[in-house]
Amino acid sequence: MKLLTCPMNGIRPLSEFIFGGEYRVAPNQDTCTDAEWAAFVHNRSGAPGDKKEWWYHTPSGTWFIAERNTLTDKVSRTYLHGTNNNVVPAQEEEGK
Amino acid sequence: MPLRLLKFALAKDHPAPRFFKSHETPKKSYDVVIIGGGGHGLAAAYYLAKDHGITNVAVLEKGYIGGGNTGRNTTIVRSNYLTPEGVNFYDASVKIYEGLSEELDLNLFYSTRGHFTLAHTESAMRTMRWRAEVNKHVGVESRVVGPDEIAKACPQLDLSCSGQAPILGALFHAPGSVARHDGVAWGYARGADRLGAEIYQNTEVLGIDVKNGKVCGVKTNKGYIETKQVLSAVAGFTPRITEMVDLETPIVIHPLQACVTEPVKPFLDTILVSGSLHVYVSQSSRGELVMGSSLDPYEVHQTRSTLDFVEGLTSHMLDMFPFLSNIKVVRQWGGMADMTPDFAPIMGKTPIEGFYLDAGWGTWGFKATPISGKTMAETIANDSAPDLIHSFRLSRFEDYELTGEKGAASVGH
Repeated sequence: MKLLTCPMNGIRPLSEFIFGGEYRVAPNQDTCTDAEWAAFVHNRSGAPGDKKEWWYHTPSGTWFIAERNTLTDKVSRTYLHGTNNNVVPAQEEEGK
Repeated sequence: MPLRLLKFALAKDHPAPRFFKSHETPKKSYDVVIIGGGGHGLAAAYYLAKDHGITNVAVLEKGYIGGGNTGRNTTIVRSNYLTPEGVNFYDASVKIYEGLSEELDLNLFYSTRGHFTLAHTESAMRTMRWRAEVNKHVGVESRVVGPDEIAKACPQLDLSCSGQAPILGALFHAPGSVARHDGVAWGYARGADRLGAEIYQNTEVLGIDVKNGKVCGVKTNKGYIETKQVLSAVAGFTPRITEMVDLETPIVIHPLQACVTEPVKPFLDTILVSGSLHVYVSQSSRGELVMGSSLDPYEVHQTRSTLDFVEGLTSHMLDMFPFLSNIKVVRQWGGMADMTPDFAPIMGKTPIEGFYLDAGWGTWGFKATPISGKTMAETIANDSAPDLIHSFRLSRFEDYELTGEKGAASVGH
């Protein structure tokens, strides 16, 4: 991957982006157990596969979601969080 | 040795010597199955046999031995860590390394060079002083030195770093060494093989059988193997193995890249590391400059290498050594680093009975090869982890007792 599609600014070089980690939903802290909370804080789904991730476009200050396969490093789509219908198609060629 | 030479001269056949026996298919069952034929797995097999008399052991390697991160690192051995737990552990490793060529009867080209961690800022100097004091307290030879001493050890270094990041001082660690990394894997493989362990290359683990919370077997591409004890020592493949037993860990995989230049006349006696410039470099016995940098910035399960990496690394190398501008980079490669949040490994028992982890070796695994093999062998033999690796247990995360070793990572990650 050398290029990434920012939902606001289109195709930009990867050097303009920062990886924000996997998109995760916190358990309800009022009802979950200590063990569940510790697991949420520390554990990650480390195995390769299709993942939903946070990415940040630095020059424009845009946080967005990218769906990417961590084995092939191919991005299937990117979009602003909460706007799943407003999908921006990823670029055709990701680079070799 | 001369007698062996004489015999060899008088013999009619001169077959290429084999380091270990090749077996057709694995047996039906083993006492212990070790997944991963890198330095760590092979060392564990060796010490299981040597220290504990457990020889009914199979080491399963999906590629060839030493072809993973054991053969992809920049071969640096050091113990100048930040936490007392870390310093004690890596110091025990350095001590085994110092006598390892003799023990394995194989020249590992273990070469003690001295190791400078350069500081370009006051805050870096503070970390160096901290590490020096912790090291001295534990009995490891590290001290803070000024630019004069660095210039004496390495007169070719531009102390101003092109005026961008002048060097204020360094943490000098006298025992810092380099070694032939593939030799370590081969030496342990031969040692383990001679003592009775069996090594299977091109043998991939496809699943692990767990019944009632206990390990009972391993599925491989060469058939099913019954066993009650499994050690996972697979570095960048750890999440794929832990997924087979439904075990959650904090490990995430980032590529780590390295490269070497063409061989040049020896000029660099020491090992140099600069956290600010994201460079570590030493000169191999062949004269190549062996260089590495920080982790790739996002998760990828690949060993690909990039132009971005070489450009970034070499521009910082030129800040330190402007005269190298005409030297060519001849090879570059990547490995998959299994990173943990506290930059310390995950070793020992797991909630699954008979499933042991030797993982989370991120960017610091090669130097720990002997001691991790030894302590994991002890853990398997006694079904209980020795005190030396207690701080590295998987359950430290649910106890919020992280080890905090990030400040001793070779370069900022």
